Amino acid sequence: MAPVSALLKRCLMSSLLIAFGQGAFAQTAADDIAKYREMIADGNPSELYEMSGEELWKKPAGPKNATLEKCDLGLGPGVVDGAAAVLPKYFKDTNRVQDLESRLMTCMDKLQGIPSQGIIDAKFGAGPKKDMDAIVAYIVTHSKGKKINVSTAHPKEKEMYAMGKRAFFFQGGPFDFSCASCHGASGKRIRLQDLPNITTQEGAALGWGYWPAYRVSSGQFWTMQQRLNDCFRQQRFPFPIYGSDVTIALSMYMAKNANGGMIQTPGLKR
Amino acid sequence: MKTLMMTSTKHLFLVFLGCGALAISANVSAQQKADPQFEKMMKNSFRAEGIAGLDRIDQDATQKFCSDPIFASSKAGAAKAIEIQKINMATIKQPTDGKYVGDWKSGEAIAQSGRGATWTDTATTPIGGGCYNCHEIDKKEISYGNIGPSLWNYGKNRGYSQEVMTYTWNRINNSKAYNACSNMPRFAHFKLLNEKQIQDLMALLLDPQSPVNQ
Repeated sequence: MAPVSALLKRCLMSSLLIAFGQGAFAQTAADDIAKYREMIADGNPSELYEMSGEELWKKPAGPKNATLEKCDLGLGPGVVDGAAAVLPKYFKDTNRVQDLESRLMTCMDKLQGIPSQGIIDAKFGAGPKKDMDAIVAYIVTHSKGKKINVSTAHPKEKEMYAMGKRAFFFQGGPFDFSCASCHGASGKRIRLQDLPNITTQEGAALGWGYWPAYRVSSGQFWTMQQRLNDCFRQQRFPFPIYGSDVTIALSMYMAKNANGGMIQTPGLKR
Repeated sequence: MKTLMMTSTKHLFLVFLGCGALAISANVSAQQKADPQFEKMMKNSFRAEGIAGLDRIDQDATQKFCSDPIFASSKAGAAKAIEIQKINMATIKQPTDGKYVGDWKSGEAIAQSGRGATWTDTATTPIGGGCYNCHEIDKKEISYGNIGPSLWNYGKNRGYSQEVMTYTWNRINNSKAYNACSNMPRFAHFKLLNEKQIQDLMALLLDPQSPVNQ
């Protein structure tokens, strides 16, 4: 799979260069990216991850030699269709609000006997996180076209949303940045990159609805956990622990704000 | 001039006002209280990695104040903002050699680089000013952000008086001295840029020979 994706990446990058052509101007760069997305809409490289994820979902693994097919992602054991559209969500068995990745870790632990710590500690794109990426790609593909429909009816969900909102505005680090520094106003850009305003429904849907995504620039499929991790890196914060509550709280804030928007995952990003 | 520099933050405040309309109508007049549950979440959710230690989420007074945009944009918040600005103004040192303007070419390189201070950098990775991330500066660079105001023709429009020099020097050193919740990092306060680098950035904006002032 690795050489195929490397080849694909090279091919995509050259098409990107062609799409941009000479003299890309600020006002047209976004249009060019949109055109490029259209060009390869029928061939999102995430499909390779999705295919491998479906195999991993159905293949017995771990000390218990079990599959993930009985995993309850929120809509009942084994229900994959539409599951990503209602996450994050409160789960009675763990008594906590979970996003897709943390919920999958629970299923791997309980059904297959795979301890979560090894997944948490692995590098992005390597070892057990690579398998996780593929399974995430499989799950989110089965919510494509569904409406984002996240609940805050349970007190723990409501509380997680409030904590996520507070975390969104929390400034720190040597640059004084919070999420809101870049994502708290409309019509803003870093260099030529448009920044969604996550405090609005429209902006939140653009952010939440398009991740996880295949990133052309890095030739990798990125889960929302990885997207948030890189935001914090650029915010000059310390390292957010994979599946930690701050990542789930921020996901809850984004997802709930995005309610009613369309899931477009896996997205295709610069 | 001050008004121009503050425009983008005003927009930000408008958004905050929008989200906070309900709370404001309930006449909120105190900064949000410490929430032990939130603090526990933050403490348990991060780990140190490379140069990015956990002390980075210990907030100072400015960061605490600006993390509560509803209060910051309230009437009581406006009084507190002046206090915060004074604290930040007090940290600013004028150039030790009395020189405000260095080399614009080197200033342009600093303005272009957005590197440094992340956990994938080391203590010796040069930290850039990252200026083009948020500002239009030299018009020849078309890849610029718009979180901050355009700085094209900065000196040409404002003149090269000592007043402009000092204001600009202060603003690059610690933008929060003028606008408590400015989005701009405090470059001298957190030792992101040294005096020489700030002199070079000053030249990019305030050397009549700089491409910015053509």
